Amino acid sequence: MSYFEASARTRILGLVDAGTFQEFCPPEMRQTSPHLARLDAPLSFDDGVAVGRARLSGHRILIAAQEGRFNGGSVGEVHGAKIRGLLDRAMTERPSAVLLLIDSGGVRLHEANAGLIAISEIMRALLRIQAAGIPAFALVGGASGAFGGMGIVTRLCNEVIMSEQGRLSLSGPEVIETVKGVEEFDSKDRALVWRVTGGKLRRAQGEATRLVEDSIPAFRAAAKELMESHFLHPLAEKSLHDLLEDQERLSERSIEFSDARDGQAVWDARLSDSSRVPEIDCEEFNRRLLAK
Amino acid sequence: MEKFTLTLKSVPAESLRTALCGVVSSGNLEVLVEHHGVEDACEIEVSTSAHGFRDIWEAVLNDFAREHKAGGLRLSINDAGATPAVVSLRLSQAFEIAGAP
Repeated sequence: MSYFEASARTRILGLVDAGTFQEFCPPEMRQTSPHLARLDAPLSFDDGVAVGRARLSGHRILIAAQEGRFNGGSVGEVHGAKIRGLLDRAMTERPSAVLLLIDSGGVRLHEANAGLIAISEIMRALLRIQAAGIPAFALVGGASGAFGGMGIVTRLCNEVIMSEQGRLSLSGPEVIETVKGVEEFDSKDRALVWRVTGGKLRRAQGEATRLVEDSIPAFRAAAKELMESHFLHPLAEKSLHDLLEDQERLSERSIEFSDARDGQAVWDARLSDSSRVPEIDCEEFNRRLLAK
Repeated sequence: MEKFTLTLKSVPAESLRTALCGVVSSGNLEVLVEHHGVEDACEIEVSTSAHGFRDIWEAVLNDFAREHKAGGLRLSINDAGATPAVVSLRLSQAFEIAGAP
């Protein structure tokens, strides 16, 4: 089944072991947005995110899934509090991993400051669980991608699993076009948008740690494999030396691609064969990436 | 938002669990199925962004209550301008999910 087309709840049910998902703050609790209500806008009983505990291949996990079709998966006050609460809960439950199924344009603009605060609380909670040795995985393969604050949250995760359909960036294509003009970035040029923000580009850059086909079982298999590799190599605190090395690598990368206007330049540099990249499947892409 | 609640006669439901179906996005809706006390009536709470279509809602919801064993259920709907056909489809899906073992 397509991950891209599935709803947030269908993704959870397809990822975790059958019958193991227990939802926190379920829809019947009606924890809806007070801000949307004040604006007389449609509400959702779960405010666009489902959170809970489950098992994946027998291992205990905590999981959150954003519904990208409800207000673009945007993070409002309640939506953000549910994710932040889940991360706080990880400190006491100590799951094998926390999976964040991100499908979001970022902060819900209707909720302005409350949404911004929610995102910063999520970031802080995420760093806290990682410092406690609990890995966080971001799964990105929905229509709304991972943008704005949720783009940052994605990059804070220890692993980022993406499909080609997934997109990851800070400012979204429409935002860039609005601010800098269509000459800078044409958000209607879908092929360009995907070459610059899509899963294949992010995997070539190393920002995504896995590129998988657009199917729920493929995301599940990657999450299981990464979780098991984290058992073998538990998170260790990064030394100042490691952090400086990371910084240097990023600086070098920003110089290396400072003139790049398109994802093709990154594929040329990172793949053994960069021809027809948008047309090849994940297996072929991953093979070419490894071959370099 | 336009809001109203209807209580419609319906054959008592066989055992059903809480279920949520659909997503609140343009032209779509979510339906939450829960239990409520009265065995032979179905209570339906609608919150819709499309104002002035109560007659059509009543027609669609009456059809649902007649065609399904929905007595004892409370259906809560958050609608973002779904067409009557989509509303009917989601109601049936929600009912099916709620009845699944």
